[in-house]
Amino acid sequence: MGLFDRLKEGLQKTRRGFIGPIEQVFRGGGVDEAVIERFEEILITSDVGTAATVEIIDHLRAEAESGRLRDYNDVKEFLRREMLAILGLPQPFVLYQERPFVVLCVGVNGVGKTTTIGKIAKRLTSEGHSVIMAASDTFRAAAIEQLQIWAERSGAQIVKHQSGSDPAAVAYDAVEAAKARGVDVVMVDTAGRLHTKTPLMEELKKVKRVIQKSMPGAPHETLLTVDATTGQNALRQARMFDEAIGVTGIALTKLDGTARGGIIFAIKKELNIPVRLIGVGEGDEDLRDFVPEEFVRALLEG
Amino acid sequence: MFDALSERLEGIFSKLKGRGYLKEEDVDLALREIRLALLEADINFKVVREFIARVKEKAVGKEVLDSLTPGQQVVKIVHSELIELLGSKNEKIRLSPNPPTIIMMVGLHGSGKTTTAAKLARLFKKQGRRPMLVAADLQRPAAVDQLITLGAQAGVPVFSSRETRDPVELSRASLQKARLEAQDIVILDTAGRFHIDEKLMTELGRVKEAVEPDEVLLVADAMTGQDAVNIARSFNDRIGIDGVVLTKMDGDARGGAALSLKAVTGKPIKFIGVGEKIEMLEPFHPDRIASRILGMGDVLSLIEKAREAVDLKEAEALQRKMTEESFTLEDLKDQLAKIRSMGPLENILSMIPGLGRQLKNVQVDEREFIKIEAIINSMTPGERREPQILNGSRKKRVAAGSGTRVSDVNRLLKQHREMKRMLKMFKGKKGRLAGLPRFMPF
Repeated sequence: MGLFDRLKEGLQKTRRGFIGPIEQVFRGGGVDEAVIERFEEILITSDVGTAATVEIIDHLRAEAESGRLRDYNDVKEFLRREMLAILGLPQPFVLYQERPFVVLCVGVNGVGKTTTIGKIAKRLTSEGHSVIMAASDTFRAAAIEQLQIWAERSGAQIVKHQSGSDPAAVAYDAVEAAKARGVDVVMVDTAGRLHTKTPLMEELKKVKRVIQKSMPGAPHETLLTVDATTGQNALRQARMFDEAIGVTGIALTKLDGTARGGIIFAIKKELNIPVRLIGVGEGDEDLRDFVPEEFVRALLEG
Repeated sequence: MFDALSERLEGIFSKLKGRGYLKEEDVDLALREIRLALLEADINFKVVREFIARVKEKAVGKEVLDSLTPGQQVVKIVHSELIELLGSKNEKIRLSPNPPTIIMMVGLHGSGKTTTAAKLARLFKKQGRRPMLVAADLQRPAAVDQLITLGAQAGVPVFSSRETRDPVELSRASLQKARLEAQDIVILDTAGRFHIDEKLMTELGRVKEAVEPDEVLLVADAMTGQDAVNIARSFNDRIGIDGVVLTKMDGDARGGAALSLKAVTGKPIKFIGVGEKIEMLEPFHPDRIASRILGMGDVLSLIEKAREAVDLKEAEALQRKMTEESFTLEDLKDQLAKIRSMGPLENILSMIPGLGRQLKNVQVDEREFIKIEAIINSMTPGERREPQILNGSRKKRVAAGSGTRVSDVNRLLKQHREMKRMLKMFKGKKGRLAGLPRFMPF
């Protein structure tokens, strides 16, 4: 099954929710105010947010008034271009030169950080890279055990300390171990934390600082995992994590539900942080590179 | 946001001063702003639409009270309608007349089921009951380990099995065990998965049939967006729920999902999760969440917490001390302990209307408090009463004893002097803030 088909299948429910209403809109004929309001509803209910929605709808309204939109395909094409303009070109998750390549994974509680790390590790090992996982979530009960299970599944090594120990020390040891053993990639799993908890955000800054003590220039990727079910708060999460440690990419998980993940438009628009990976299912292969063109196409096409 | 919303509305209404009644076009204008605010709070689009229609009906033609501006009048109507929709009072868990009471937790993965199950168990244990946790989430790696660890923290037994892979069988066995050991409350932690996952929903249905729970609680993340309605509807239609627990309320999400969940299911929100620690579960108060959705702060919760922490007589004594200028370091230490016993400071500060926004970036580091307590603890009783006797060598001793630096000690002494000076200014203003501990200017 090709990537596009896989994505399409994963986004089936998303599309069903999205394209269905659009087609209904056009059953009535031309592009009038009712049609535009219906689009507004579609964007809002996709968690695109009021600011981005207002902008897209204003463009749509101007375009409709100019008389350039005559039928369903015109509007679809217009929306496709508008949405793509926001998301920009694909910026997938890739390993570049440095070894070890250090990936710091952060996010609020319950978004699927550990699972995402597990799947990335699995993908990297199957591509022939060696991986060390750093069990820096030393807070949540059984987090280390959960990561351990993923390490076994993916064939990655794991560096862990006791539960409750210093997360920065674990990360440091993992990077040192990777350097000593010539391992390609270090995946640092951190405890889920709400972006409003200053001491916990300080702890994260320390993790980053300490990683840099072992390896200047690391982490090479700071990946924020965002749950597609989350509403407008995801934008605040992205902003606060970015301010604290500088986020370089987003992993958007749980797109296999009925949530549409529209918040990525606001995150890209306001913070210019690209989505690197999306989670469209439970299987190991269901963590996919994010390709805006395919994402938007899969949303808009049957 | 309430401030911002109020200001925006005042702007609209400033042209209308002097009119005694709310006119339809004025209300429409105001409701356009309110609609955006509610959507930004993640309340579902359709729920907002119905809600706005309801408010409009109530607001048009309403007399503007003398004490209020038209903008405030509209916000007041919105606020009371929100409370009305959320339910007018806090609803408790119904306990079965034939123990054990069986509580089943359901919800999406990552919503906080396992943590909430343990928090509930701790709450019941604190009330003198005998709860038991059941690790029926056999899907997520290490979920059973997590519950066992949390159960140990709560001092509550956890029923689990490494052999069985069938949650129905496991749940049935747990009931037998509970009856045998006279546990009067059984809390089942189930596997989280999407509401459109047929296999899981069928499995949950089978567990429910097998154990016939008294209470099925949907655990939902307060940060949930527009999808909250789909989640709630699916779980309510397929499994049937009796109440909702809203988790991660300690973040800065406005919690509009609460309204969506209530509007779709009609089932009450019974608890909110306000932190990662096991004691951080609170009863749900609709009026407070209504205020939060509108950004009005949470004065009621604050007052209640202050009441819990400060005994009235003590407060009077303290006030006397404050005005008599005999406010010693010992008193300061007591005060800090009381404030800290009210919960995480950031939560408390966010409850004060108006402060919430200002304090967003002025986070208070709880560790500062620990430091201050340590410094005071390292002083002799004499030094606490008369800090002026602290000379260089005493300060060195105190710093060494508390693991701080002399500069920290000096800073504390300076702050204490300033506080006393400020208190002097309040002298004579009796009755102010009685019963409420005064916030320290750190």
